[in-house]
Amino acid sequence: MSVRLRIIAAIKQIAEEQKVKLPPLTDELTLHETGFDSLAFAILVARLEDDLGVDPFTLSEEVTFPNTIGDFIRAYENVPA
Amino acid sequence: MSPREVFALPDHLGTDLTERTISDPRHVVGLAELSRKSCLGGRVGELDGRSVLVATSGQLLAGLTVIEIDGVARRMLLCPPDLKSEHLTSIVADAGIDAVVTDEPERFADCGIDRVVLVGMPQPVARMAQTVRATEWLMLTSGTSGVPKIVGHTLEGLCGAIIGDRPAPGDALPVWATFYDIRRYGGLQIFLRAIVGGGSMVLSDPGEALADHVARLNARGVSHISGTPSHWRKLLMSGSAEQFAPRYVRLSGEIADQAVLDGLKQAFPNASIGHAYASTEAGVGFAVNDGLEGFPATLLGEGLGAVDMKVVDGSLRIRSKRAAHAYVGRAAAALTDADGYVDTGDMVELRGDRYYFVGRRNGIINVGGLKVHPEEIEAVINGHPAVRMSRAKSRRSPITGGIVVAEVVLTADGDPARADAVRNEILAECRARLAAHKVPAMLRFVPALDVTPAGKLARTDA
Repeated sequence: MSVRLRIIAAIKQIAEEQKVKLPPLTDELTLHETGFDSLAFAILVARLEDDLGVDPFTLSEEVTFPNTIGDFIRAYENVPA
Repeated sequence: MSPREVFALPDHLGTDLTERTISDPRHVVGLAELSRKSCLGGRVGELDGRSVLVATSGQLLAGLTVIEIDGVARRMLLCPPDLKSEHLTSIVADAGIDAVVTDEPERFADCGIDRVVLVGMPQPVARMAQTVRATEWLMLTSGTSGVPKIVGHTLEGLCGAIIGDRPAPGDALPVWATFYDIRRYGGLQIFLRAIVGGGSMVLSDPGEALADHVARLNARGVSHISGTPSHWRKLLMSGSAEQFAPRYVRLSGEIADQAVLDGLKQAFPNASIGHAYASTEAGVGFAVNDGLEGFPATLLGEGLGAVDMKVVDGSLRIRSKRAAHAYVGRAAAALTDADGYVDTGDMVELRGDRYYFVGRRNGIINVGGLKVHPEEIEAVINGHPAVRMSRAKSRRSPITGGIVVAEVVLTADGDPARADAVRNEILAECRARLAAHKVPAMLRFVPALDVTPAGKLARTDA
């Protein structure tokens, strides 16, 4: 499964657990519009770290937290292997 | 005017000592021997008025030493087995130690203590020492970080919860045991119950396998036994409990949740099972014997009994003659507030007419500014029938600072194929009973969880 698909799957899983009704997940959707609170994002980042082996938001101080779903996914795709 | 009568441990032994013993895996010592035998080669007089470090390799020699030197030494510091050598110098200085009793003299060759007295199994001597003073008992706190604090007690205070707890005439003498080391407060309480309260004592040994320990408890006829909830979970998990039938089972030192109380009730249907609140600093607070976790709110108040209790800013405060009288040392903090209360640092929450322990003040996990006690999460997880023990802890998060994750040990008889189902059931229960930020974001099954030498769930990396 690609990084993108894994991230989408993790988001859907957490939405179900946190009883969040997600809008369609497009790249342009802002993270705010997902309905996720900071706890849900914290869980997402931790699970993706276990799944993908990276946490792009802790790795470098230069990385700013993304605004949209597309930015979020790219933050993972752009981490050097 | 006659001097105030001073009682020391040897004076409490009583007259009929037949069949009363202290034992470990290798030795059995009859208490009757102690009136004519010395474990110090008859050198107890050299410790008269001294501040003595009791630093033995095992518990038996420590127990025999305190019986012999109580009432002679000015003070004695019980050195727990896990004391780090780098802390020794500051503790020796803070306690004003000027003599050491040990079976490992090479450890103390260079530490500047001029008097080292060797301890060994008791040998006959011409004359035993007399009680001349009330010796101060010093103990070390079991905090996991930094230099342990030195806490000063008296024998009277240490025995405050024991007097009145003696067996009635005609009753079988209790045989006491504890999973604790007797150089810790919880273990010392049991040792003193055996010595002062009129029974025998079966000591634990860290090198002994649990099944062998339980076999020895049985062989010695142990009737009364205590340990931390972690000790008890370990026993329940081992399957060794089946061959054991104590009459009196006590838990202390950690939060006793309903799951471990129920587990013990099931394993020992004929035993009295209770949990007690005690700490090295605050002494024995109270015992709860109704089989339920937490304690009745009616225990709180002043002038109700030997112990005054209140809750301030969520933490339990205790004032009692059983409490330590001071921290000892050069930079020792005050032990009590202006009104004489010890702040235990144990956080409680009132639900209905009962208080429940929720965790340690300094063990709090911070999830985006919201406070979480790992113990309240563990209590929910441990309620699942397939779970034996668990640990909740913080995992660093770039978003919220920390999130809650949990490690879970399943019971031995669980079906490994059900692991995923069990995980979902546990998490569903957590979601039903806990706020969202307290639900573990990740839950991992592990074969075992570390327990510290003091018998508590290891939380050092939390």
